[in-house]
Amino acid sequence: MNVVTKPTLLPWAPENTGDAAPAAEAPPPRRRPGPVSALLLPARLAWRQLRAERARLFSAIAGVMFAAVLVFMQLGFRSALFDSATRLLAAMDAEIFLMNPLTTASFRPEPLPRIRAHQALALPEVAQAVPVYMTQATWRNPQDGSRRMIQMIGFDVEAGAMHFEGLDAIVPALRRIDAVGFDTRSRPEFGNVSQLFAEQGPFPVQVGNRMVEMVGLVTIGPSFGADGNLVMSEVNFRRMVPVRQASNTDLVAIRLRPGADIAAAQQRLREILPPDVMVMTHAELVAHERHYWETATPIGFIFAFGSVMGLIVGMVIVYQILFSDIANHLREYATLKAIGYSNGYLSRVVMAATLILAVIGFLPGAALCVWLYDVVAGATFLPLTMTIERASMVFGLIFGMCAVAGLLAMRKLRDASPADMF
Amino acid sequence: MDPIRIEGLNFAYGEGDLRRPVLRDVSLTVHAGEVVLLTGPSGSGKTTLLTLIGALRGMQDGSCRVLGREMLGASERDRVALRRRIGFIFQNHNLLGFLTARQNVAMALEIEAGMPERERLDRAGAMLAAVGLAGHEDKTPAKLSGGQRQRVAIARALVAEPGLVLADEPTAALDKVSGGEVVHLLRDLAKSRGTAILMVTHDPRILDIADRIVTMEDGRIVEAANAA
Repeated sequence: MNVVTKPTLLPWAPENTGDAAPAAEAPPPRRRPGPVSALLLPARLAWRQLRAERARLFSAIAGVMFAAVLVFMQLGFRSALFDSATRLLAAMDAEIFLMNPLTTASFRPEPLPRIRAHQALALPEVAQAVPVYMTQATWRNPQDGSRRMIQMIGFDVEAGAMHFEGLDAIVPALRRIDAVGFDTRSRPEFGNVSQLFAEQGPFPVQVGNRMVEMVGLVTIGPSFGADGNLVMSEVNFRRMVPVRQASNTDLVAIRLRPGADIAAAQQRLREILPPDVMVMTHAELVAHERHYWETATPIGFIFAFGSVMGLIVGMVIVYQILFSDIANHLREYATLKAIGYSNGYLSRVVMAATLILAVIGFLPGAALCVWLYDVVAGATFLPLTMTIERASMVFGLIFGMCAVAGLLAMRKLRDASPADMF
Repeated sequence: MDPIRIEGLNFAYGEGDLRRPVLRDVSLTVHAGEVVLLTGPSGSGKTTLLTLIGALRGMQDGSCRVLGREMLGASERDRVALRRRIGFIFQNHNLLGFLTARQNVAMALEIEAGMPERERLDRAGAMLAAVGLAGHEDKTPAKLSGGQRQRVAIARALVAEPGLVLADEPTAALDKVSGGEVVHLLRDLAKSRGTAILMVTHDPRILDIADRIVTMEDGRIVEAANAA
């Protein structure tokens, strides 16, 4: 029955009393613990402890999940708003753009001389230079007569510099006098234009003080600066906005010949054009617009602040749970210290518990957010999608949040004094 | 060499005017394989002496060699290392409630991560069989009786083959029969391995297991009687 004892048992066993191993190293040469088991064993202990109290485990998971959802939503809104703000510019299909250096955002452009477009054509690699006109005007809702500001975009509809969905099909119609195309994703306050168009075809609408004809639908999407969009030809834009000087435009989209070096062309354009225009690549144009919304508005700050609040609340929840866990198990921790577990080992147990909570709280939180994003995107027309980058970023934040909570809770371990066990 | 050799040990709690000596010039030697009972009235310093020998508290004065290690001036690291070579048995079993009996015993082997998991569990199971708990390995402490829990604690104290067992009132929470069973089991197992035991107890019912009984009073050892 007594299988444990070694077969060669002396009444006086030197290896048991330590006599044979004097002052030198205490434990006999055993395999050094690998780094894996040095982390795995505390993690397993932590998991067993967490698992033992279901109610507490679930409240901890709920806390982490709550923080994850909050941060996901805040960051999601933030990036959706920035994406929507740049959606119009992102849909433009040209390599290089000219813009007045004073223009801060596309919904409020400073004009630049239209002649710059012609000057740009001097470069052999430039295939097209398309002036783009942008302004806002009131649109009268064809159903209830209410008026609302809408973004107008005028450009050479045949140049192919714009990549709005559905544009190609209505190009012939847009060539007609006073013809406009309506963005189907504009906010519903503009009236149910898509349905009207489907029922009766082209119909008259009032834009500014002028009656124009709604001849077709495109898909762009609303942004911060604009609740809806209207597209039209350059000529019709001038008719509808007569106060504008014909010699000015708001943006020039430059399309290069296939195979041309964008950076070199950008450099040469800078050389030949006067400094009253900025020469930007497509990416720079989008970044410029985004920069405005990030810095000149409180949007970036608001959502960052919301994320931080979520993290703090989550941290407090996790800390509370870990702390009371340690406080309730102080005797057990003291016992472990008494039988030779070091403070460092027990700290690893607490850390492992926090990281386990981070993982099993984050995963359902992320799954919930994939669904919530869909719901919110349907309600707000904002482009909310779960990306790998955002998921890994939020995981990093949640991980950090739990780690801080763990470090705070760990201080309680010091109260576990093995000397009080007797 | 003896597992415990104490010479001229003094210890006091508090500082300055509040300084209250609890151990005065204590000298005590426990020989290999010996079972020594430490008795005496409350407040006589027994438990403090036990915590000093168990490296649970820092030394102040004198000499205390445990398993060949001088405890005077030992670092926290040294003391943690020494504790691993001592088997502790407490008044209460102090088992981890969320682990089974087998896992609790294996915890004493988990400190040294070098041992394969299988071997740990096998040794824990064999040790539980040795304390008469075969068949109870997978129960949590809540499902065991008081005597059974204290036997698990004994298994945990002995499984890592300690050079010394320190026990503090191990029968305090047990009735007469199970208390007697538990200490006899402890004595038999320790004897068969040649492990020395130093046990603090008030319990006159278990004095018969001792090789030697040491009585303390007011921080001093007043009497060392050889038991029958």
